[in-house]
Amino acid sequence: MGIESALGEGYLTSRVDALVNWARANAAWPMPMGLACCAIEMMAFAGPKYDAARFGSEVMRFSPRQSDVMIVAGWCTYKMSHAVRRIWDQMPDPKWCIAMGACASTGGMHRSYGVVQGVDNFLPVDAYISGCPPRPDAVLHALMKIQDKIKTEHSVLLDA
Amino acid sequence: MSSSPAGSLSNTIEEVTKHHTSAVIEAYTSSGDTFLRIEKESLLAVCSWLKEEHDFVYLADIVGADRFTSDERFEVIYNLLSLKNQCRLFVKVRCDEDAPSLESVTGIWPGANWKEREVYDMFGIRFENHPDLRRMYLPEDFQYYPLRKEFPLLGVPGSIPLPNTTPDAD
Amino acid sequence: MLASYVPILVLFGVAFALALVLMTLSRIAGPYRPNKIKLDPYESGMDPVGQAKERYSIAFYLVAMEFIVFDLEVIFIYPWAVGFRDLGVGTFYAMVVFVVILFVGLFYTLRKGTLDWDMKSLKHQAMKL
Repeated sequence: MGIESALGEGYLTSRVDALVNWARANAAWPMPMGLACCAIEMMAFAGPKYDAARFGSEVMRFSPRQSDVMIVAGWCTYKMSHAVRRIWDQMPDPKWCIAMGACASTGGMHRSYGVVQGVDNFLPVDAYISGCPPRPDAVLHALMKIQDKIKTEHSVLLDA
Repeated sequence: MSSSPAGSLSNTIEEVTKHHTSAVIEAYTSSGDTFLRIEKESLLAVCSWLKEEHDFVYLADIVGADRFTSDERFEVIYNLLSLKNQCRLFVKVRCDEDAPSLESVTGIWPGANWKEREVYDMFGIRFENHPDLRRMYLPEDFQYYPLRKEFPLLGVPGSIPLPNTTPDAD
Repeated sequence: MLASYVPILVLFGVAFALALVLMTLSRIAGPYRPNKIKLDPYESGMDPVGQAKERYSIAFYLVAMEFIVFDLEVIFIYPWAVGFRDLGVGTFYAMVVFVVILFVGLFYTLRKGTLDWDMKSLKHQAMKL
Protein backbone atom coordinates (compact mmCIF):
# COMPACT_ATOMS: atom_id res chain seq x y z
CA MET A 1 0.00 0.00 0.00
CA GLY A 2 1.22 3.44 -0.82
CA ILE A 3 0.76 5.06 2.50
CA GLU A 4 2.35 2.14 4.35
CA SER A 5 5.55 2.14 2.33
CA ALA A 6 5.84 5.90 2.43
CA LEU A 7 5.46 6.25 6.16
CA GLY A 8 7.14 3.05 7.29
CA GLU A 9 6.01 -0.50 7.89
CA GLY A 10 2.83 -0.88 9.83
CA TYR A 11 2.21 2.84 10.15
CA LEU A 12 -1.56 2.56 9.96
CA THR A 13 -1.91 -0.31 12.38
CA SER A 14 0.51 1.24 14.80
CA ARG A 15 -1.53 4.44 14.75
CA VAL A 16 -4.64 2.40 15.49
CA ASP A 17 -2.75 0.57 18.21
CA ALA A 18 -1.57 3.77 19.72
CA LEU A 19 -5.08 5.19 19.74
CA VAL A 20 -6.68 2.09 21.19
CA ASN A 21 -3.97 1.66 23.80
CA TRP A 22 -4.20 5.31 24.76
CA ALA A 23 -7.95 4.96 25.18
CA ARG A 24 -7.60 1.80 27.26
CA ALA A 25 -4.83 3.19 29.43
CA ASN A 26 -6.74 6.31 30.30
CA ALA A 27 -9.90 4.45 31.22
CA ALA A 28 -8.63 1.58 33.35
CA TRP A 29 -11.51 0.89 35.72
CA PRO A 30 -10.34 -1.03 38.75
CA MET A 31 -12.03 -4.05 40.26
CA PRO A 32 -11.14 -3.70 43.91
CA MET A 33 -10.44 -7.08 45.45
CA GLY A 34 -10.07 -5.59 48.89
CA LEU A 35 -9.35 -8.54 51.13
CA ALA A 36 -7.76 -6.91 54.17
CA CYS A 37 -6.20 -3.73 55.52
CA CYS A 38 -4.74 -2.66 52.17
CA ALA A 39 -8.33 -2.07 51.10
CA ILE A 40 -8.40 1.00 53.32
CA GLU A 41 -5.43 2.49 51.51
CA MET A 42 -7.16 1.58 48.28
CA MET A 43 -10.16 3.59 49.43
CA ALA A 44 -7.80 6.47 50.10
CA PHE A 45 -6.36 5.99 46.63
CA ALA A 46 -9.87 6.48 45.26
CA GLY A 47 -10.67 9.33 47.62
CA PRO A 48 -10.34 13.04 46.97
CA LYS A 49 -6.76 13.56 48.12
CA TYR A 50 -5.01 10.90 46.01
CA ASP A 51 -7.67 10.94 43.38
CA ALA A 52 -7.55 7.90 41.15
CA ALA A 53 -10.27 9.31 38.93
CA ARG A 54 -7.89 11.84 37.41
CA PHE A 55 -5.91 8.88 36.03
CA GLY A 56 -8.98 7.49 34.37
CA SER A 57 -9.92 5.00 37.09
CA GLU A 58 -13.14 6.83 37.42
CA VAL A 59 -15.19 4.22 39.24
CA MET A 60 -14.42 1.18 41.32
CA ARG A 61 -16.46 -1.38 39.49
CA PHE A 62 -17.27 -4.19 41.88
CA SER A 63 -18.49 -6.29 39.03
CA PRO A 64 -15.79 -8.14 37.11
CA ARG A 65 -17.74 -7.70 33.89
CA GLN A 66 -17.28 -3.94 33.92
CA SER A 67 -13.69 -3.57 35.03
CA ASP A 68 -10.23 -3.65 33.50
CA VAL A 69 -7.75 -3.83 36.36
CA MET A 70 -8.07 -6.09 39.40
CA ILE A 71 -6.34 -4.68 42.45
CA VAL A 72 -5.77 -7.48 44.95
CA ALA A 73 -5.40 -5.62 48.23
CA GLY A 74 -4.66 -7.82 51.17
CA TRP A 75 -3.64 -11.37 51.90
CA CYS A 76 -5.39 -14.15 50.10
CA THR A 77 -6.10 -17.39 51.92
CA TYR A 78 -6.23 -20.71 50.10
CA LYS A 79 -9.99 -20.75 50.67
CA MET A 80 -10.47 -17.32 49.11
CA SER A 81 -8.06 -17.96 46.25
CA HIS A 82 -10.70 -19.95 44.40
CA ALA A 83 -13.17 -17.08 44.52
CA VAL A 84 -10.53 -14.54 43.46
CA ARG A 85 -9.42 -16.70 40.56
CA ARG A 86 -12.97 -17.19 39.41
CA ILE A 87 -13.66 -13.48 39.51
CA TRP A 88 -10.46 -12.92 37.54
CA ASP A 89 -11.63 -15.47 34.97
CA GLN A 90 -14.95 -13.69 34.69
CA MET A 91 -13.32 -10.39 33.78
CA PRO A 92 -13.37 -9.87 30.03
CA ASP A 93 -10.11 -9.27 28.21
CA PRO A 94 -8.08 -7.10 28.16
CA LYS A 95 -7.38 -7.21 31.86
CA TRP A 96 -4.46 -6.50 34.15
CA CYS A 97 -3.72 -7.24 37.78
CA ILE A 98 -2.07 -5.25 40.53
CA ALA A 99 -0.85 -7.06 43.64
CA MET A 100 -1.10 -4.42 46.31
CA GLY A 101 0.88 -4.66 49.48
CA ALA A 102 3.32 -7.15 50.89
CA CYS A 103 0.69 -9.79 51.52
CA ALA A 104 -0.65 -9.93 48.00
CA SER A 105 2.85 -9.85 46.52
CA THR A 106 4.54 -12.47 48.66
CA GLY A 107 2.35 -13.48 51.56
CA GLY A 108 3.75 -10.65 53.66
CA MET A 109 3.70 -11.07 57.40
CA HIS A 110 1.47 -14.13 57.13
CA ARG A 111 4.03 -16.85 56.73
CA SER A 112 1.44 -19.56 57.24
CA TYR A 113 -0.02 -22.69 55.72
CA GLY A 114 -3.37 -21.03 55.26
CA VAL A 115 -2.21 -17.93 53.34
CA VAL A 116 -1.13 -18.07 49.71
CA GLN A 117 2.44 -16.77 49.61
CA GLY A 118 1.81 -14.27 46.86
CA VAL A 119 -1.20 -14.12 44.55
CA ASP A 120 1.10 -14.68 41.59
CA ASN A 121 0.79 -18.35 42.50
CA PHE A 122 -2.55 -18.35 40.72
CA LEU A 123 -3.00 -14.93 39.08
CA PRO A 124 -0.92 -13.32 36.33
CA VAL A 125 0.20 -10.17 38.15
CA ASP A 126 1.34 -7.16 36.14
CA ALA A 127 2.44 -4.79 38.88
CA TYR A 128 3.53 -5.39 42.46
CA ILE A 129 3.33 -2.77 45.16
CA SER A 130 5.40 -3.15 48.28
CA GLY A 131 4.37 -1.67 51.57
CA CYS A 132 2.33 -2.63 54.56
CA PRO A 133 0.12 -0.92 53.67
CA PRO A 134 1.51 0.99 50.71
CA ARG A 135 0.80 4.68 50.61
CA PRO A 136 -1.93 5.67 48.16
CA ASP A 137 0.76 7.39 46.11
CA ALA A 138 2.42 4.04 45.68
CA VAL A 139 -0.83 2.60 44.36
CA LEU A 140 -1.06 5.52 41.95
CA HIS A 141 2.49 4.75 40.86
CA ALA A 142 1.49 1.15 40.15
CA LEU A 143 -1.52 2.38 38.21
CA MET A 144 0.78 4.55 36.12
CA LYS A 145 3.02 1.53 35.52
CA ILE A 146 -0.01 -0.38 34.33
CA GLN A 147 -0.86 2.50 32.02
CA ASP A 148 2.66 2.35 30.59
CA LYS A 149 2.26 -1.37 30.12
CA ILE A 150 -1.04 -0.90 28.33
CA LYS A 151 0.52 1.64 25.99
CA THR A 152 3.02 -0.95 24.81
CA GLU A 153 0.40 -3.62 24.11
CA HIS A 154 0.55 -5.55 20.88
CA SER A 155 -1.43 -4.88 17.76
CA VAL A 156 -5.11 -4.61 18.14
CA LEU A 157 -5.83 -6.23 14.82
CA LEU A 158 -4.06 -9.42 15.86
CA ASP A 159 -6.61 -9.84 18.60
CA ALA A 160 -9.90 -9.85 16.74
CA MET B 1 -16.21 -17.25 102.03
CA SER B 2 -14.44 -14.02 101.17
CA SER B 3 -15.97 -11.86 98.48
CA SER B 4 -12.77 -10.70 96.83
CA PRO B 5 -11.88 -12.49 93.60
CA ALA B 6 -8.52 -13.68 94.85
CA GLY B 7 -10.09 -14.88 98.04
CA SER B 8 -12.82 -16.85 96.33
CA LEU B 9 -10.32 -18.34 93.92
CA SER B 10 -8.05 -19.61 96.67
CA ASN B 11 -11.16 -20.90 98.38
CA THR B 12 -12.08 -22.75 95.20
CA ILE B 13 -8.65 -24.30 94.96
CA GLU B 14 -8.83 -25.43 98.59
CA GLU B 15 -12.23 -26.99 98.13
CA VAL B 16 -11.36 -28.74 94.91
CA THR B 17 -8.28 -30.23 96.51
CA LYS B 18 -10.44 -31.40 99.39
CA HIS B 19 -13.28 -32.79 97.26
CA HIS B 20 -11.41 -34.26 94.36
CA THR B 21 -8.09 -35.13 95.93
CA SER B 22 -7.33 -37.94 93.53
CA ALA B 23 -8.09 -35.77 90.52
CA VAL B 24 -5.91 -32.76 91.26
CA ILE B 25 -2.30 -33.11 90.20
CA GLU B 26 -1.15 -29.59 90.88
CA ALA B 27 -2.47 -26.08 91.40
CA TYR B 28 -0.31 -23.01 90.97
CA THR B 29 -0.41 -19.33 90.11
CA SER B 30 1.70 -17.74 87.45
CA SER B 31 1.67 -14.12 86.26
CA GLY B 32 -1.50 -13.44 88.17
CA ASP B 33 -3.41 -16.43 86.73
CA THR B 34 -4.44 -19.55 88.61
CA PHE B 35 -3.91 -22.95 86.99
CA LEU B 36 -5.33 -26.26 88.09
CA ARG B 37 -4.06 -29.45 86.50
CA ILE B 38 -6.31 -32.48 86.84
CA GLU B 39 -6.44 -36.08 85.69
CA LYS B 40 -8.24 -36.56 82.43
CA GLU B 41 -10.55 -39.25 83.82
CA SER B 42 -12.08 -36.81 86.28
CA LEU B 43 -12.46 -33.94 83.83
CA LEU B 44 -16.26 -34.07 83.68
CA ALA B 45 -16.66 -34.50 87.42
CA VAL B 46 -14.42 -31.57 88.30
CA CYS B 47 -15.85 -29.31 85.59
CA SER B 48 -19.45 -29.89 86.52
CA TRP B 49 -18.58 -29.45 90.19
CA LEU B 50 -16.82 -26.17 89.38
CA LYS B 51 -19.82 -24.99 87.40
CA GLU B 52 -22.43 -25.97 89.99
CA GLU B 53 -20.66 -25.17 93.23
CA HIS B 54 -18.35 -22.33 92.30
CA ASP B 55 -20.32 -20.57 89.57
CA PHE B 56 -17.82 -21.03 86.76
CA VAL B 57 -20.66 -20.76 84.32
CA TYR B 58 -18.71 -19.11 81.53
CA LEU B 59 -16.30 -21.21 79.49
CA ALA B 60 -14.24 -18.51 77.82
CA ASP B 61 -12.01 -20.70 75.69
CA ILE B 62 -10.54 -24.14 75.16
CA VAL B 63 -6.97 -24.15 73.90
CA GLY B 64 -4.70 -26.98 72.99
CA ALA B 65 -0.96 -27.09 73.46
CA ASP B 66 1.67 -29.45 72.09
CA ARG B 67 4.29 -29.97 74.76
CA PHE B 68 6.37 -32.09 72.40
CA THR B 69 7.36 -34.49 75.19
CA SER B 70 7.38 -38.20 74.69
CA ASP B 71 4.68 -38.85 77.28
CA GLU B 72 1.51 -36.85 77.79
CA ARG B 73 2.24 -34.85 74.71
CA PHE B 74 -0.90 -32.78 74.41
CA GLU B 75 -2.44 -30.44 76.92
CA VAL B 76 -5.92 -28.97 76.74
CA ILE B 77 -6.58 -25.85 78.78
CA TYR B 78 -10.08 -24.75 79.74
CA ASN B 79 -10.42 -21.05 80.45
CA LEU B 80 -13.22 -20.74 83.02
CA LEU B 81 -14.66 -17.50 84.22
CA SER B 82 -16.89 -16.93 87.20
CA LEU B 83 -18.95 -13.81 86.62
CA LYS B 84 -20.45 -13.91 90.09
CA ASN B 85 -17.13 -14.06 91.89
CA GLN B 86 -15.26 -12.18 89.18
CA CYS B 87 -12.42 -14.65 88.93
CA ARG B 88 -10.78 -16.74 86.25
CA LEU B 89 -9.44 -20.27 86.52
CA PHE B 90 -7.47 -22.31 83.98
CA VAL B 91 -8.07 -26.04 84.14
CA LYS B 92 -5.45 -28.13 82.37
CA VAL B 93 -5.69 -31.71 81.27
CA ARG B 94 -2.98 -33.74 79.58
CA CYS B 95 -3.34 -36.59 77.16
CA ASP B 96 -1.07 -38.95 75.29
CA GLU B 97 0.13 -38.81 71.76
CA ASP B 98 -1.38 -42.11 70.60
CA ALA B 99 -5.07 -41.65 69.87
CA PRO B 100 -5.46 -38.58 72.05
CA SER B 101 -8.99 -38.25 73.35
CA LEU B 102 -10.84 -36.49 76.09
CA GLU B 103 -14.40 -36.32 77.29
CA SER B 104 -16.37 -33.50 75.76
CA VAL B 105 -17.67 -30.84 78.10
CA THR B 106 -20.49 -29.77 75.77
CA GLY B 107 -22.91 -31.31 78.23
CA ILE B 108 -21.75 -28.85 80.86
CA TRP B 109 -21.10 -25.79 78.72
CA PRO B 110 -22.83 -25.95 75.30
CA GLY B 111 -20.45 -23.27 74.05
CA ALA B 112 -17.65 -25.81 74.09
CA ASN B 113 -18.93 -27.23 70.81
CA TRP B 114 -16.94 -25.10 68.41
CA LYS B 115 -13.97 -24.73 70.70
CA GLU B 116 -13.51 -28.46 70.87
CA ARG B 117 -13.92 -28.67 67.12
CA GLU B 118 -11.09 -26.16 66.76
CA VAL B 119 -8.84 -28.16 69.11
CA TYR B 120 -9.65 -31.28 67.12
CA ASP B 121 -8.90 -29.50 63.86
CA MET B 122 -5.55 -28.17 65.03
CA PHE B 123 -4.24 -31.07 67.16
CA GLY B 124 -6.27 -34.12 66.36
CA ILE B 125 -7.53 -34.60 69.92
CA ARG B 126 -10.85 -36.42 69.71
CA PHE B 127 -13.62 -35.50 72.13
CA GLU B 128 -15.94 -38.31 73.15
CA ASN B 129 -19.68 -37.66 73.08
CA HIS B 130 -19.19 -34.49 71.10
CA PRO B 131 -22.38 -33.89 69.10
CA ASP B 132 -20.63 -32.85 65.89
CA LEU B 133 -16.90 -33.48 65.83
CA ARG B 134 -15.52 -32.35 62.51
CA ARG B 135 -12.91 -29.92 61.30
CA MET B 136 -13.50 -26.27 61.98
CA TYR B 137 -11.32 -24.25 59.61
CA LEU B 138 -9.52 -26.61 57.28
CA PRO B 139 -11.07 -28.64 54.46
CA GLU B 140 -12.66 -31.91 55.62
CA ASP B 141 -10.19 -34.03 53.71
CA PHE B 142 -7.11 -32.27 55.06
CA GLN B 143 -4.78 -34.95 56.36
CA TYR B 144 -2.67 -33.12 58.90
CA TYR B 145 -3.06 -31.34 62.20
CA PRO B 146 -1.39 -27.96 61.74
CA LEU B 147 -0.61 -26.88 65.28
CA ARG B 148 1.35 -30.00 66.10
CA LYS B 149 4.99 -29.13 66.33
CA GLU B 150 6.10 -31.35 63.46
CA PHE B 151 3.83 -29.63 60.95
CA PRO B 152 5.96 -27.27 58.83
CA LEU B 153 5.30 -23.54 59.00
CA LEU B 154 4.22 -23.18 55.41
CA GLY B 155 2.31 -26.42 55.35
CA VAL B 156 2.68 -29.35 53.03
CA PRO B 157 2.75 -28.18 49.39
CA GLY B 158 -0.33 -29.32 47.59
CA SER B 159 -2.31 -30.20 50.70
CA ILE B 160 -4.78 -27.38 50.13
CA PRO B 161 -5.48 -27.03 46.41
CA LEU B 162 -4.96 -23.79 44.56
CA PRO B 163 -7.42 -22.86 41.81
CA ASN B 164 -7.01 -23.97 38.22
CA THR B 165 -5.00 -21.39 36.32
CA THR B 166 -5.86 -22.58 32.83
CA PRO B 167 -9.55 -21.96 32.24
CA ASP B 168 -9.10 -22.14 28.48
CA ALA B 169 -7.82 -25.67 28.50
CA ASP B 170 -10.99 -27.71 28.70
CA MET C 1 -43.84 24.34 11.33
CA LEU C 2 -42.68 20.80 10.79
CA ALA C 3 -39.15 22.09 10.46
CA SER C 4 -38.99 22.74 14.21
CA TYR C 5 -39.06 18.97 14.77
CA VAL C 6 -35.91 18.36 12.76
CA PRO C 7 -33.59 18.69 15.80
CA ILE C 8 -35.38 15.76 17.40
CA LEU C 9 -34.77 13.68 14.31
CA VAL C 10 -31.13 14.68 14.40
CA LEU C 11 -31.00 13.62 18.06
CA PHE C 12 -32.40 10.21 17.22
CA GLY C 13 -29.99 9.88 14.33
CA VAL C 14 -26.96 10.73 16.46
CA ALA C 15 -27.99 8.39 19.25
CA PHE C 16 -28.54 5.56 16.82
CA ALA C 17 -25.27 6.22 15.05
CA LEU C 18 -23.37 6.42 18.33
CA ALA C 19 -24.77 3.13 19.54
CA LEU C 20 -23.83 1.48 16.26
CA VAL C 21 -20.33 2.92 16.31
CA LEU C 22 -19.65 1.85 19.89
CA MET C 23 -20.85 -1.68 19.34
CA THR C 24 -18.97 -2.08 16.08
CA LEU C 25 -15.77 -0.69 17.53
CA SER C 26 -15.94 -3.07 20.48
CA ARG C 27 -16.45 -5.94 18.11
CA ILE C 28 -13.54 -4.97 15.88
CA ALA C 29 -11.00 -3.72 18.37
CA GLY C 30 -11.95 -5.82 21.35
CA PRO C 31 -10.60 -9.28 22.05
CA TYR C 32 -13.10 -12.08 22.30
CA ARG C 33 -11.80 -15.10 24.16
CA PRO C 34 -14.72 -16.88 25.78
CA ASN C 35 -14.32 -19.91 27.98
CA LYS C 36 -16.75 -21.70 30.21
CA ILE C 37 -15.82 -19.95 33.43
CA LYS C 38 -15.92 -16.51 31.86
CA LEU C 39 -19.44 -17.09 30.63
CA ASP C 40 -20.72 -18.40 33.95
CA PRO C 41 -23.11 -16.14 35.86
CA TYR C 42 -21.34 -13.93 38.37
CA GLU C 43 -21.99 -14.84 41.98
CA SER C 44 -19.09 -13.23 43.85
CA GLY C 45 -16.72 -16.01 42.88
CA MET C 46 -18.88 -18.78 44.28
CA ASP C 47 -20.72 -21.51 42.42
CA PRO C 48 -24.13 -20.18 41.38
CA VAL C 49 -26.87 -21.36 43.73
CA GLY C 50 -30.58 -21.36 43.00
CA GLN C 51 -32.59 -19.84 40.20
CA ALA C 52 -31.92 -16.50 38.60
CA LYS C 53 -35.63 -15.73 38.41
CA GLU C 54 -37.01 -15.19 41.88
CA ARG C 55 -40.68 -14.76 42.66
CA TYR C 56 -41.66 -11.32 43.85
CA SER C 57 -44.65 -10.21 45.86
CA ILE C 58 -47.57 -9.39 43.61
CA ALA C 59 -47.97 -6.09 45.40
CA PHE C 60 -45.20 -4.66 43.22
CA TYR C 61 -47.07 -5.56 40.05
CA LEU C 62 -50.27 -4.01 41.31
CA VAL C 63 -48.57 -0.78 42.28
CA ALA C 64 -46.92 -0.65 38.86
CA MET C 65 -50.27 -1.06 37.17
CA GLU C 66 -51.75 1.70 39.30
CA PHE C 67 -48.89 3.94 38.35
CA ILE C 68 -49.42 3.37 34.62
CA VAL C 69 -53.10 4.20 34.82
CA PHE C 70 -52.72 7.38 36.80
CA ASP C 71 -49.62 8.46 34.93
CA LEU C 72 -51.56 8.30 31.67
CA GLU C 73 -54.31 10.29 33.31
CA VAL C 74 -51.77 12.94 34.21
CA ILE C 75 -50.41 12.94 30.66
CA PHE C 76 -53.85 13.82 29.41
CA ILE C 77 -54.40 16.45 32.07
CA TYR C 78 -51.12 18.30 31.38
CA PRO C 79 -51.92 19.66 27.91
CA TRP C 80 -55.35 20.67 29.05
CA ALA C 81 -53.88 22.44 32.08
CA VAL C 82 -51.51 24.41 29.87
CA GLY C 83 -54.28 25.88 27.75
CA PHE C 84 -57.42 25.50 29.87
CA ARG C 85 -58.20 29.24 29.82
CA ASP C 86 -58.49 29.26 26.05
CA LEU C 87 -60.30 25.93 25.87
CA GLY C 88 -63.42 27.14 27.60
CA VAL C 89 -65.97 25.80 30.02
CA GLY C 90 -67.12 22.82 27.96
CA THR C 91 -63.67 21.30 28.02
CA PHE C 92 -63.52 21.91 31.73
CA TYR C 93 -66.63 19.83 32.30
CA ALA C 94 -65.32 17.11 29.99
CA MET C 95 -62.16 17.02 32.08
CA VAL C 96 -64.17 16.80 35.29
CA VAL C 97 -66.05 13.80 33.92
CA PHE C 98 -62.73 12.19 32.91
CA VAL C 99 -61.19 12.69 36.34
CA VAL C 100 -64.32 11.47 38.13
CA ILE C 101 -64.32 8.24 36.12
CA LEU C 102 -60.71 7.61 37.11
CA PHE C 103 -61.49 8.55 40.71
CA VAL C 104 -64.03 5.74 40.79
CA GLY C 105 -61.20 3.43 39.78
CA LEU C 106 -59.01 4.82 42.55
CA PHE C 107 -61.65 4.18 45.20
CA TYR C 108 -62.08 0.67 43.89
CA THR C 109 -58.36 -0.07 44.33
CA LEU C 110 -58.29 1.53 47.78
CA ARG C 111 -61.15 -0.64 48.95
CA LYS C 112 -59.57 -3.70 47.41
CA GLY C 113 -56.39 -3.07 49.40
CA THR C 114 -53.75 -2.85 46.67
CA LEU C 115 -52.16 0.18 48.33
CA ASP C 116 -52.00 -1.63 51.65
CA TRP C 117 -48.54 -3.14 52.12
CA ASP C 118 -48.99 -4.53 55.60
CA MET C 119 -48.40 -8.15 54.71
CA LYS C 120 -50.01 -9.51 57.83
CA SER C 121 -53.32 -7.60 57.56
CA LEU C 122 -56.51 -9.57 57.16
CA LYS C 123 -57.36 -7.88 53.88
CA HIS C 124 -54.07 -9.05 52.46
CA GLN C 125 -54.67 -12.57 53.60
CA ALA C 126 -58.20 -12.51 52.24
CA MET C 127 -56.86 -11.49 48.82
CA LYS C 128 -54.38 -14.36 49.05
CA LEU C 129 -51.56 -12.11 47.95
